[in-house]
Amino acid sequence: MKHRSRIFIIIVLIGLVQFFALPMITLAQSGSSGTITDDQVNAIAKELYCPVCENVPLDVCGTQACEQWRELIRQKLAEGWSAAQIKQYFVDQYGDRVLATPPVRGFNWLIYVLPPLMILAGGIILYRALKNWKTPVAVETNAVETPPPNKEDYLTRIEEELKKR
Amino acid sequence: MVANIGYGALCITLVIAVYGIVAAVYGSRRKLPYWVDSARNAMLLTFPLLTLSVISLVVLLVNGNFEVDYVASVTSKSMPLYLKITALWGGQAGSLLFWTWAMSAFASAVTLRNWDRDREFLPWVIVVSLVTITFFLGLIIFVENPFARLWILGETVILKSMFPPVGSVLFLQPDGRGLNPLLRHPGMIIHPPMLYLGFVAFVIPYAFAIAALITGRTDDRWIRITRRWTLVAWLFLSLGLLLGGRWAYDVLGWGGYWGWDPVEISALMPWLTGTAFLHSVMIQEKRGMLKHWNMLLIILTYDLVIFGTFLTRSGILSSVHAFAQSAIGPLFFGFIGLTFVVSLSLLLHRWNELKSEAHMTSLLSREALFLLNNFLFLGILVVCFWGVIFPLLSELITGQKVTVGPPFYQRATAPLFAGLLFLMGIAPLAAWRHSTVQTLGKALWKPAIVSLLGPLLAAIFGVHDWAALLGFWLVAFVASVTIYEYGRAVIARAHSRSEPIWRAFWELAGRNRRRYGGYIIHLGVVLMGLGIIGMEMFQTETQGTIGQGQEIKLDQYTIRYDSIAIFDTSDGRNVARAVVSIYKDGQYVGEVHPRRDYYYESQQPMTIPGVRSTMEDDLYVLLVDWKPVSSSMATFKIYHNPLVNWLWLGGLVFIFGTLVAAWPDREGQPERVKKKKENLVRSNA
Repeated sequence: MKHRSRIFIIIVLIGLVQFFALPMITLAQSGSSGTITDDQVNAIAKELYCPVCENVPLDVCGTQACEQWRELIRQKLAEGWSAAQIKQYFVDQYGDRVLATPPVRGFNWLIYVLPPLMILAGGIILYRALKNWKTPVAVETNAVETPPPNKEDYLTRIEEELKKR
Repeated sequence: MVANIGYGALCITLVIAVYGIVAAVYGSRRKLPYWVDSARNAMLLTFPLLTLSVISLVVLLVNGNFEVDYVASVTSKSMPLYLKITALWGGQAGSLLFWTWAMSAFASAVTLRNWDRDREFLPWVIVVSLVTITFFLGLIIFVENPFARLWILGETVILKSMFPPVGSVLFLQPDGRGLNPLLRHPGMIIHPPMLYLGFVAFVIPYAFAIAALITGRTDDRWIRITRRWTLVAWLFLSLGLLLGGRWAYDVLGWGGYWGWDPVEISALMPWLTGTAFLHSVMIQEKRGMLKHWNMLLIILTYDLVIFGTFLTRSGILSSVHAFAQSAIGPLFFGFIGLTFVVSLSLLLHRWNELKSEAHMTSLLSREALFLLNNFLFLGILVVCFWGVIFPLLSELITGQKVTVGPPFYQRATAPLFAGLLFLMGIAPLAAWRHSTVQTLGKALWKPAIVSLLGPLLAAIFGVHDWAALLGFWLVAFVASVTIYEYGRAVIARAHSRSEPIWRAFWELAGRNRRRYGGYIIHLGVVLMGLGIIGMEMFQTETQGTIGQGQEIKLDQYTIRYDSIAIFDTSDGRNVARAVVSIYKDGQYVGEVHPRRDYYYESQQPMTIPGVRSTMEDDLYVLLVDWKPVSSSMATFKIYHNPLVNWLWLGGLVFIFGTLVAAWPDREGQPERVKKKKENLVRSNA
């Protein structure tokens, strides 16, 4: 029984981690030919962060530098680069901080693993606490606590609850 | 002179605050009432002294005393009077002073109001409040002094100091740098004080909790005393968050209201634990359970408040270097760590006295569902806290800077928020103590069926995304349960007492404001949920460069660029204002004026959207760029934001509900007043 619950926890954990860590990248269509529209540029810029400002996505950053970076994306698109290549180019130039979420590798695993782990641990603690609370009073309940409300009189219940506040 | 008065008042307040702490502890331990009274007077004295200090700073700001560094950094001659006054919280040093002043005001109000009733708690409430005030005063006086002046030594060396360094003369600047243009918005003027008032007011329930732990009065008395304070704190914090969102939407020019920025998250975190606390204290009041948990929640809330205050203005988590270089960072972290450890030790000391008086009898009872609600709120907190802290850790350990942006938070918190909505739907119908699948099912099936109309309608309108349909169902579910539960009680009361429906509605709400105020808050959340679903799932955008008379299409909308005017204003801005006509399905529906303001002083541009707003959607047009008039080309970015106004409407309903819940009861009057009234009525009869 214990063994099974452990397997269950491991499966849930793997599921949660995968959910959190799914590569959060959607590939924008790259313009293979012709003029590149602003929307194509923004689709990529949206998933990059301004390399010099704090927490400003590249597509909405108003600085001169960001304008030039968007122009760079346009050029690369015109040259036939894919969205993934352009992103990689920015990462190579300015580091991981230009990505909206840390890439899933090395130390960064922690950001994806820790919250689900803690939530899971919290869930287990909560479940145990609820179970512990519940079991010992099963007998006592009937004797001490008020009888279960099988009265249909809704207003009486409301009035009772209001009185108890 | 004025700066000296302000600074002097601060120093005297610090001495008095320290004295107050010592007197309260001594008086309380030795049971010497006059020492406690003296501590109370010290507490009360901090308020006029801090008021004097705040007034001094406002005078300096309004007069434009630019030799004071803070004044020069947040004001300039051309700013209007109201902005000069509100520049009080426009920078870190002023914000800290404002925070401390508000803290002193709240703590003084508590001591004045509750003095006779809660004499055993109050010495310790004074201690906790004064310790908090002392910490902030220390920061203001020794690290972030808003009254410090600039001095020039020799030809070039400029020093910042309160008193003149040897051989230096006052450095008089002709004008200040002015308030950050982003902060010159009505939303931003009210948003920070609301947030700070929310932060500060949460210190009160924490102070009572600590007082309960120290005195050993660990029953639910501290919760009953602070119930309204907690609601007031929550009201201000919610208002602060909402105004912040509105400000972002109006000013930041990215078409959204929430960007999961560390500063935003730092204000959300105490709100999360505060909301969990508001729910779980009800379990302690009704069932005498979860006493440890409530203590832990309010301790967490307090430390998150301090953490939030620190993050809001410092921008310190942006890098390890910024953190290491600032003196304020380690001090804040030290204080947070110390208060957390001391509070936890007190909690552990009283652990056995805080045992539950009752047991959980059903996993579907309201208390069990409330506990689950707490679990989800804390889950969101874990995600937020870890997301904020992680970039700093990453840089510290690997040397690599990373960004934790919206995709992380959205993915991680969306299921938790959905879970909360679901609980919001079932918990109001679950009974305290006993609830089984049968009883709950019996109560739920009618509203559950009605709620299916939500996704059905959405599907008819062409929504096929499963997540959106689930969202619409959850929203409809909470709405129908809430209305059903309230409606049922109203009708039952109207029948049994032969009252008109409206009267029954009113009387019932008056009987238990917290309960029915809570339902109104839930309805507010439902409306906000609609707006959030609309924005998160159906927002579309496009950008294009067009000439005058040309058009851009987005969904059913077409915009036409008509003209542009470029001019200077008297307050130091260069404004480029475009006129754009909007057509919906080919029909002209109005014009908007997206703007780009360039502030000469701070050399900062600001993009103000032109928005056509209806309950169905917003068309949000930004002027991104424009070419000289000769070529008459301009670049526009257009966002189509469906349902976004339900978010703001929901916010208003939410605040109204909180006001209903927090409004003072008639029963709240002291017993003797009630008795007097009763006697009066009797004698008249």
